[in-house]
Amino acid sequence: MSATLNHVGLPRDAYKGAATTLCAGCGHNSITNHMVKALYELGVEPHLLAKMSGIGCSSKTPAYFVETAHGFNGVHGRMPALTTGAHLANRQLIMLGVSGDGDTASIGLGQFMHMIRRNVDCTYIIEDNGTYGLTKGQFSATADLGSMQKKGAVNTFQPIDPCAVALALGCSFVARSFSGDGKQVVPLIKAAIAHRGTAILDIISPCVTFNDHDGSTKSYSWVKDHEESIADVSFIPFFEEVHVDYEPGTVRDVRLHDGSHIMLKKLGQDHDPTDRQAAIRVIEEARAEGHLVTGLLYVNTDMADFASTEHIPNRPLKDFGEEDLRLTRDDFARFMSEFA
Amino acid sequence: MTEPIVNDLTIQAATVNGSGSQTANLVLTRAIFHMGIPVAPKNVFPSNIEGLPTWYQLRITPEGHMARSDKVDILVAYNVATWREDLTTVRQGGVVIHEEAFSTADGRSDVTYYGVPFAKLAKSKIQSDTLRKQLANMIYVGVVAGVLGIPWEALEHGVRRQFLSKPKAVQVNLDAIKVGFDYWQDNFSKQDPYRLEPMTGVVEGKVLVEGNQAAALGALMGGVTVVAWYPITPSSSLCEYLIAYAERFRADPQNGAKRISVVQAEDELAAVGMAIGAGWAGARAMTSTSGPGISLMAEFSGLAYYAEVPVVIFDIQRIGPSTGLPTRTSQADLGFVYTLSHGDTKHMVLLPGTVEECYELARDAFDYADRFQTPVFVLSDLDLGMNLWMTPEFKYPEKSFDRGKVLTKDDLEKLAGEWARYRDVDGDGVTYRTLPGTDHPAAGYFTRGSGHDEMARYTEGAEAYARNMDRLARKLETARHSLPAPIADENGASVGLIAFGSTHAAVVEARETLSAQGKSVDYMRVRALPLSDQVARFVSRHERVYVVEQNRDGQLYDLIRLALPPELVDRLRSIRHYNGQPIPAAAITEPLMQQEAVPA
Repeated sequence: MSATLNHVGLPRDAYKGAATTLCAGCGHNSITNHMVKALYELGVEPHLLAKMSGIGCSSKTPAYFVETAHGFNGVHGRMPALTTGAHLANRQLIMLGVSGDGDTASIGLGQFMHMIRRNVDCTYIIEDNGTYGLTKGQFSATADLGSMQKKGAVNTFQPIDPCAVALALGCSFVARSFSGDGKQVVPLIKAAIAHRGTAILDIISPCVTFNDHDGSTKSYSWVKDHEESIADVSFIPFFEEVHVDYEPGTVRDVRLHDGSHIMLKKLGQDHDPTDRQAAIRVIEEARAEGHLVTGLLYVNTDMADFASTEHIPNRPLKDFGEEDLRLTRDDFARFMSEFA
Repeated sequence: MTEPIVNDLTIQAATVNGSGSQTANLVLTRAIFHMGIPVAPKNVFPSNIEGLPTWYQLRITPEGHMARSDKVDILVAYNVATWREDLTTVRQGGVVIHEEAFSTADGRSDVTYYGVPFAKLAKSKIQSDTLRKQLANMIYVGVVAGVLGIPWEALEHGVRRQFLSKPKAVQVNLDAIKVGFDYWQDNFSKQDPYRLEPMTGVVEGKVLVEGNQAAALGALMGGVTVVAWYPITPSSSLCEYLIAYAERFRADPQNGAKRISVVQAEDELAAVGMAIGAGWAGARAMTSTSGPGISLMAEFSGLAYYAEVPVVIFDIQRIGPSTGLPTRTSQADLGFVYTLSHGDTKHMVLLPGTVEECYELARDAFDYADRFQTPVFVLSDLDLGMNLWMTPEFKYPEKSFDRGKVLTKDDLEKLAGEWARYRDVDGDGVTYRTLPGTDHPAAGYFTRGSGHDEMARYTEGAEAYARNMDRLARKLETARHSLPAPIADENGASVGLIAFGSTHAAVVEARETLSAQGKSVDYMRVRALPLSDQVARFVSRHERVYVVEQNRDGQLYDLIRLALPPELVDRLRSIRHYNGQPIPAAAITEPLMQQEAVPA
């Protein structure tokens, strides 16, 4: 039996990568699988995908999906700069950045913020486990106040919440999820890719080796007990028809630039994902109550993305040749004469 | 009165930063240049927006010497704060044009004073309240024109050229110059020997260009499409010129789309990172910075070296260490830039010595970066970058872009997808790459700063690591023979000089001076790192070779010593200038003659 092909004619296997070298049970491996599923179902053409990352466990994962795509594992905390540059060189590429909590909230906080400020069209996934895995278990800046290390040390600092920071900066797409919740992560990845602008997706992803114990607020059991989804997310790509079979008034529909839709089915509260202040409130309330709120927190499809504000042509800048880039002989001669 | 001194003098204007004095200085410069007289301006300015003292030196020689002179013939004293000290810099028999209110009591008796009530004239003769402060400086231009005999037509040209894009400003500025010009005519008779007379033979076909303008034009002609930068003196103007030139030459008049993106980054880390990201994705990309920014770019430079990503990095050197003197010149980044980043990193460095080379090497740097898939540094400096230099007009490039070894979809089909990103197919250390977006299933590969094998796969394997590092060394060897060769000027002298970058101007003049004293010396100007083999051969042809440079530690001297066979090492001498002021010829001739006088 032949494999099922997606809308660009590729089987799911075409989205696989090298075997993971992360620990068995690592949340990041689940995210990798979600990535494969999302990219396959979305029908992303591998040659147009650019997988970008910094340094850390999370930043290794781009090697573990879509092996035939180009990837760039750069330096610690600097994925946004590389992504911005590559995007400017070729705005037809689909920029997919993978980072971690150390890579984003500590060494890379400045670049994270400035990428949001520019609204560079890319997906920015934070595989957030609250700990430095590769260097053996130090706290990261997203670790909650009072959470504990494996050997009992208590974190005495306020956490930096990447979603709250992103919202404060006016990021055009902010979502949070949990690596164990594929049903939510997959449509959010698809929506983030379809969104034109910087899409931040903070995925709590337990570190089984250093941060999956009692006393951690980034463990499987803690998240399972405290996760509170604000809405059921489904994603309808532009190449599929929208079938609405929900009761009127129970679903919010967000139409993205490429014609795809995010459908949000209300759960407990009725969160309006286009209301930035409401999103900040939802995060703050969950924090006060000791919950982890997940789902699409905020989306703004009206904000111009960086390449548009920079007036970059659709044709990739890398493809312009001498005839487009050099001054003509006449212009050059006239220009030189102005220095006389 | 003594013999007239014609077209051979140095004017020094001592003014206040932020008062508009630079415009007056440039008008004077352009007017004199228009008379066919060679000019060499040097701007000595503070790290300050407004209020601190600033000096502008305009050296005029019939030969067209371009180096700074440490002798002042004509002082224009506008700044009471530095008046006493400025007065001491004037040579015996020189001229002092000063604000009349400055006291000359207890001053020099061996100079000619022309006291002008600049402040009163500005108040009574300049009508516009808003422009008075700016225009007041123009009055001195008129007085200097009167003293030296600059024709009105040349002044008109100077003003028109300076206000090319603001023609409305021409008349008010000319009116202000006229105030000074008339005051001189009405109140003084000439007491000094200095004169300017129109001449021919040196400046024809020449233009006045700043090195940073030249580099910006070079980058544009080299096909740069992504520029990321962070403001820093003395590099900022390079990117600001690029922005202006791009508006003019790279914007589509129909839809406003630009065939370039210039991004002001949040810091130098991001600036170089963006340029590297763009270079990886196939654009010709660059950043420009100075000392502190170069320090911040170290980590990323190592990534681009090891992952083999083309990028052009301009370092317009200022003096360090640390913040140093941010508005003073230096050549002290040479050694640091050459091995910028940890762990056996070594870079290709281009060393322009003239503004024409700022243009040419900026342009060609993009070819070298693409050909060798590596960062290429262009090491300029504040003197070269921010001062106006007289130069032959730049030549239109006849060579096409060299985009290096890039495999397209068609190439990959012909190879049936058989290729390896880091395999040395041609034996030159330079491997083939593909660009993201290439529509072939074999095109993709994983770029990383961690250990990798020929297939770009992660490895910590000892052999694979060493093999890759050896290949990178081989690539640098290939570059050694391809980068711009040194330029030698030899007449069989026993003594040689070696220099690089902006030191060139002083060396040219020093050789003339030495020659006139019967001491002819040969000269080699190094234009790239790694050093050409020609350097050792030059040393072997001379008994003593003086390496002249603008840093404390003799950084080029050290690099050459390392490259020499042991028997030649003792032939090297070192001449170092490092006070932040552009090196004058005397800083070469004097130590050289002293050392030559002592038998080795």
